[in-house]
Formats: sequence, C-alpha cells, structure tokens
Amino acid sequence: MIDKRVSGAEEAVQDIPDHAILMLGGFGLCGIPENTIQALLKKGVKGLTCISNNAGVDDFGIGLLLQTRQVKKMIASYVGENAEFERQLLSGELEVELIPQGTLAERCRAGGAGIPAFFTPAGVGTEVAEGKETRIFDGKTYLMEHWLRADFSIVKAWKGDYAGNLIYRGTARNFNPMMATAGNITIAEVEELVPPGELDPNQIHTPGIFIHRIFQGKHYEKRIEQRTISK
Amino acid sequence: MLDKTGIAKRIAKEVKNGMYINLGIGIPTLVANYIPQNVHVVLQSENGLLGIGPFPKEQEIDADFINAGKQTVTMMPGSALFSSSDSFGMIRSGKVNLTILGAMEVSEQGDIANWKVPGKMVKGMGGAMDLVASAKNIIVAMQHCSKEGASKLLKNCSLPITGLKCVKKIVSDMAVLEVMPEGGFRLLERAPGVSVEQIKNATEGHLLVAGEIPEMKI
Repeated sequence: MIDKRVSGAEEAVQDIPDHAILMLGGFGLCGIPENTIQALLKKGVKGLTCISNNAGVDDFGIGLLLQTRQVKKMIASYVGENAEFERQLLSGELEVELIPQGTLAERCRAGGAGIPAFFTPAGVGTEVAEGKETRIFDGKTYLMEHWLRADFSIVKAWKGDYAGNLIYRGTARNFNPMMATAGNITIAEVEELVPPGELDPNQIHTPGIFIHRIFQGKHYEKRIEQRTISK
Repeated sequence: MLDKTGIAKRIAKEVKNGMYINLGIGIPTLVANYIPQNVHVVLQSENGLLGIGPFPKEQEIDADFINAGKQTVTMMPGSALFSSSDSFGMIRSGKVNLTILGAMEVSEQGDIANWKVPGKMVKGMGGAMDLVASAKNIIVAMQHCSKEGASKLLKNCSLPITGLKCVKKIVSDMAVLEVMPEGGFRLLERAPGVSVEQIKNATEGHLLVAGEIPEMKI
C-alpha cells in the first residue's frame, strides 16, 4: 500500500503556484471540495484557471475565490447563480470559456484516459464549432474536441482510504471521477478516511492510482441551492 | 391558449411506456407530474441519476441528491447513480429515448435556439447542446410568441443556435406542431379556443395546414 495521506487541506495545496490550472469537482454546490477551496482562499494563490462545471454562488464554492479575485479564467458549462461572476465578466476582469456539459465531462475523461482528442456531435453548427475540425461519420457531422488536463485536480468523495481509493455518494459523484484521473497531481478530500482493507474493492469508484494526496475534510456545510420539498 | 400547466399536461400525453426521458428546466420539469400512473418511464438527470423520484419530504432532504436544476430530489426503487461522463454517454449513444426542453426560438428546419441572447448575461449552455445533438426524439415546450407578439416559430433562428435540425415536435401555448423532415411546421392540434387563423398569424415559418385541425384534448 502506498500511503497518500496528508495532514489536511493546507498541506494538500501548499505547492499550488499562482497561475496554476485547476480542475474542481462538483455540480452546482453538490460534491464540491469545500475544505480545499477554503485552503486556496487562505493561501491566496492568484491567476488561477478553474475548470469546473459551475462557478459556485456568490458566497460559496468557487464563488469565494471569485470574491477575492483569485480566478483569472473560468472553464465551465453553466455559470448562472453568481452576481460577482457576472460583474467580473462584464468588466473584462474574468475570462470565460463555455463548453457543452457532456463535452466538458468527456474532455476531462479523455485527459485521464490518455486520449488527446475525440469527435462529438454536441455544438455542430453553433458558435462552439468555430475554428474546430469537423468530420462526417456514417453521414453525421462531428466536432473534434481536445482532452483537458490540469496541474492540480481537486475532488471530493464520500469515503476514501489511505491508498487513495474513493467512493462517491449520490449525485455528488458527477464530475469528480473524471477530474480525479486528469490531474498531474490529484487531491482528494473525503468525509470519512479509513485504513486500507475497510473499503470493499468491488465498490471503489476511483482507484487510488489516480490520487496523490488524501485527507479527511472538516465541517462540511453541503449547502443546498434549491431546497425543494413535496407537500 | 394554454398556460404552463396546460403545455406540460399535453406533453405528458407524448410519454410512452418504457421510455427513458430527460426533462429540461422549467415547463419540462412539470411534465413529470402528469405522466399517467400506468405509464412506466425512467427519468434521467444529466448530473448522474436514472430514476428521479419525487421531491423529498422535509426530513428526507439530502444535499447529495439533486437534479440538474439543483433541486433536492429522491430516488425510485431501481434507481442508478453514475458520473457525468457516463450520463452524457447514454445521451450521445441514443439510450435516452425522449428529451423535452424549452426554447426561445425554433426554425422550420427544426433548428433550436435556447441558450444565449446577445447583449444579455450568458449563463452557458449546460447540457442542452449535447442533448439536442444526440436525442432521437426532441419535444419542445415553448410560448408561440414573445411578450411583444413576435413569432418564435421562424424561418430561421435569429438567436445563437443550440443545435441544427433536431426538433421533432413543438407544444406551444397555441398549438401542437410537427417539424417536417423536408422543413415546415405541420399543424396537428389547436389549443382550446384558438383558431387556425390565429396560429397562422402567430407563425412566421412555413405552416402546413391539411384538413380539419382538431382541438387538443388535455
């Protein structure tokens, strides 16, 4: 067993430099690495490129890093629900690249799978296709999209062991498994960190080989964006 | 004229036993409330859930279970959870049988625009481009005209396109229409109290009217 444990979020992010390219798991505020985002905030690294499906809300998730102007570029599929984001975008302080959600997921997967490019139908005939190579397969047009890789991938799982094996819970899985594979260094924070042997190998979602640093997070808020109940 | 609930109720009649369905945000989400009990379908949420259940009761709320609109949800017996790449894999490979989504404009070729208004804040396309590029059957829920009375069923979309030649059927507040493979909107049904003449006036794109057009049954 190779022990991937670090003491906590501060140690996990200590060598993340200014202008690093980061991937951050999560969909909305579900399954986001809350502890590591706090540590990045505290560390004050600047000029970050953040690849994440969304940009958080004003006072939570990646929104916190926007408040402190630590993000130079955001690569995402949907960035509503964030007034500070909108302000920085309109004033030109923040660069934004919007990518169809399935293409974003697959570009991350390709990055972790050693596949530099692939063809997808999403975005054909739209402004997403501008400047991209297209090819026809079986009579249908597809766009070439490139892999995405990160200097540091930051993911959140439900359970993990010292070897870095991860299990996600519910829809908090989302982008975490692909992003975990696409980082030069991948940091995993988990709600529960257990010794090797305690997780059933049949149930592992992300094998530990993809994980370089793991720690048990604290004080998960798990904020809900749309608290919807049935009467 | 139909209200949002009316549009959702009419679309629910298009839902058939055994379908895997992706519902977009807004009116499409309401469709789930009107699917008859004896029609068994599985609702897909592109953030990684097959088998979306009802909204939770207060004591059941769990932040790890949300739909693509970020609303808290529950699961059904037989539900499955997966990653975003698996999710869009099932969408691109055509395993999801029916996609229901909203639109700002649809052209007579079946092009759809629903993600961007130039000059306004761009929030992003989310999963819409992936869905419209791959779904075999797309039904659009929309208002026939803008608040100013301008038609949204056009010869060509004026807004940035989400996908080309993909819409099969439209349920608007005024009518049910089919997009013909060779182009044009074929009028299938009228909303209660709406005349063919009114629909003609509200449709900028080519409208095909053949024979008697029945009133919708909801």
